[in-house]
Amino acid sequence: MATAKTRTSSFSRNLSAAAPSLGPGLKCGPNGTVFLSSGIPDLDKILGGGFPLGSLVMVMEDAEAPHHMLLLRNFMAQGLVHGQPLLYASPARDPRGFLGTLPCPAASKDDKSRERDPDQEKGLRIAWQYKKYFGENQINFDGQRDGKHEYSNEFDLRKPLERHLINGQRIDCVSIQDSSDLSTLQDRCDTFLSQLPRNDDSISSAGRIAIQSFCAPQCAHSIMEWEMLSFIRSLKSLVRSSNSVAIITFPPSLLSPSFCKRWQHMADTLLSVKAIQDEDKELAQLLTGYQDMVGFLNVHKVARLNTQVPLILEATTFSIKLQKRRYLVLECLNQAPVDGSSGASYGTSGSCSSSSKTGNLDF
Amino acid sequence: MNQRSSNLLDEALGLDQAIEPWPLRGRVVAIEDRVETSGSFVLHHLLKRSLSPNSSNVSIFIAFSQPFSHYDRVLRKLGCNLVSQRDNGRFFFFDMLKLQCPVGDEGITPGGGLIALYGKIHKTISALPEISQKNVSIIIDDLSLMEVAANGSSDYVLDFLHYCRTLTSEFDCSLITLNHEDIYSIEDGSTFLLQMAYLADILIKAEPLATGLAADVHGQLTVSNKGRNKASNFHFKVKENVVECFYPGRSRD
Repeated sequence: MATAKTRTSSFSRNLSAAAPSLGPGLKCGPNGTVFLSSGIPDLDKILGGGFPLGSLVMVMEDAEAPHHMLLLRNFMAQGLVHGQPLLYASPARDPRGFLGTLPCPAASKDDKSRERDPDQEKGLRIAWQYKKYFGENQINFDGQRDGKHEYSNEFDLRKPLERHLINGQRIDCVSIQDSSDLSTLQDRCDTFLSQLPRNDDSISSAGRIAIQSFCAPQCAHSIMEWEMLSFIRSLKSLVRSSNSVAIITFPPSLLSPSFCKRWQHMADTLLSVKAIQDEDKELAQLLTGYQDMVGFLNVHKVARLNTQVPLILEATTFSIKLQKRRYLVLECLNQAPVDGSSGASYGTSGSCSSSSKTGNLDF
Repeated sequence: MNQRSSNLLDEALGLDQAIEPWPLRGRVVAIEDRVETSGSFVLHHLLKRSLSPNSSNVSIFIAFSQPFSHYDRVLRKLGCNLVSQRDNGRFFFFDMLKLQCPVGDEGITPGGGLIALYGKIHKTISALPEISQKNVSIIIDDLSLMEVAANGSSDYVLDFLHYCRTLTSEFDCSLITLNHEDIYSIEDGSTFLLQMAYLADILIKAEPLATGLAADVHGQLTVSNKGRNKASNFHFKVKENVVECFYPGRSRD
């Protein structure tokens, strides 16, 4: 990478020379990084394009809710749609069974965007004859990146992924429950990543590694804190030198506080998910669209490869919503309009109680 | 140009007056950061200053956290070409991403891992010409990963640091380390941090603002300089080509 760039000065940016030829589901990002999609278009947008190749993503689970599975499913399904190799490790006895729960991409981008915003479409009805141009533009925009596939799909959580996508591909499944130490998983990761060496001129395919509930108590290694750390460290250095992204989810409450911090330092991109209680009346009053929400996503850290400038997001807390009970969308939190009758004191008391309740909401 | 490149951070470190002789000579600089605010930009800044064209400093960079390509790109944007500096023999990059200290029956076996690394550093410095031996900076990114490489034996890492410290008196070189402040909780005892604070002549802490993250202010730095017996505190904003430092409330000058 370094040698290829030395010729181009920082002033004249020769994109055609610098940009490597990319396979499906990949796109160029700033600072010579290449992104792959997280499988959630909104999350890609929030992170500035997706997960950069060579980065380690860590997701802090909610100990009581399976919201991290939503992220994992979409991440894995997106990879399979693009034909990218996948390594999935989980503490379950039969990890392959999880593949049956992967969601299916929604029919087509046009249909979906129409479905998504029925209100907006009503507003546009006056200009109905322009609609075909909108559609065309959208297709062109997506088509630029690659001929066959879109960069990211929207997934229908109620339809399972088609069988042929799962059967026809290179998928490694590892159960981390049985092995007494991490060497098996380490070996599997080594062999998986050795087939995806870094080559900056043309990246035809990128691998995805998904490790679920890494420090789950049913795994024998969950008491070996230093071994787990050194596994994460070696995984990170392996991923750095290959065309792949690794995502690890873990329940932070099971780690000691100082190790939890160490894990967080390891992550290039650090996310956390949190469920919301049903019928939390106070929160329901405070936030618009509460009834569609299933939880919150916090973005703690965004991967900064090849740059020293931190990415400061406008908001770090997003609500996870299931639109029409099918599509996973992330939205900024919108504070509900304050009810006039309750007076000025409502706003302050309301936000105070909510912040003490949910901890890390920011508006 | 000169005015722009010297800022509050340089002032606090004593880098503003003269670059030759290297002001950090014989000093130990410890940088501590947190999950929310990365302190690696201080490392980049110091590396850039030590490799500045009108000095004869040599830097030895021990990387546990990022590959060479990352530093190369970051430093190039700061106006410093690591590849050519490496060819000139002023920059030595030790890629330690995959270093894992061998474990024997009684803990760590001597000979491998960090001891070999120390030997390598010592050899590199001894092989330098007489004139540049006096101006060597050893930069470690970062200590917490070194602990992981040593299988959690922080004593082993501390031993390594003490050895490196002897180099600062033997060759008058400087030792610059990055570590994370928040990984040492109270119940484990923060001996490692205290040891580092004791070793260090200059302690730099990068912290987020108490009010959270902001686009204009990325955090605050506290620099305590034992030699000058003085501490300074200011806000910073990290840009691709420079780090802007300013006193609270004065971001636009």
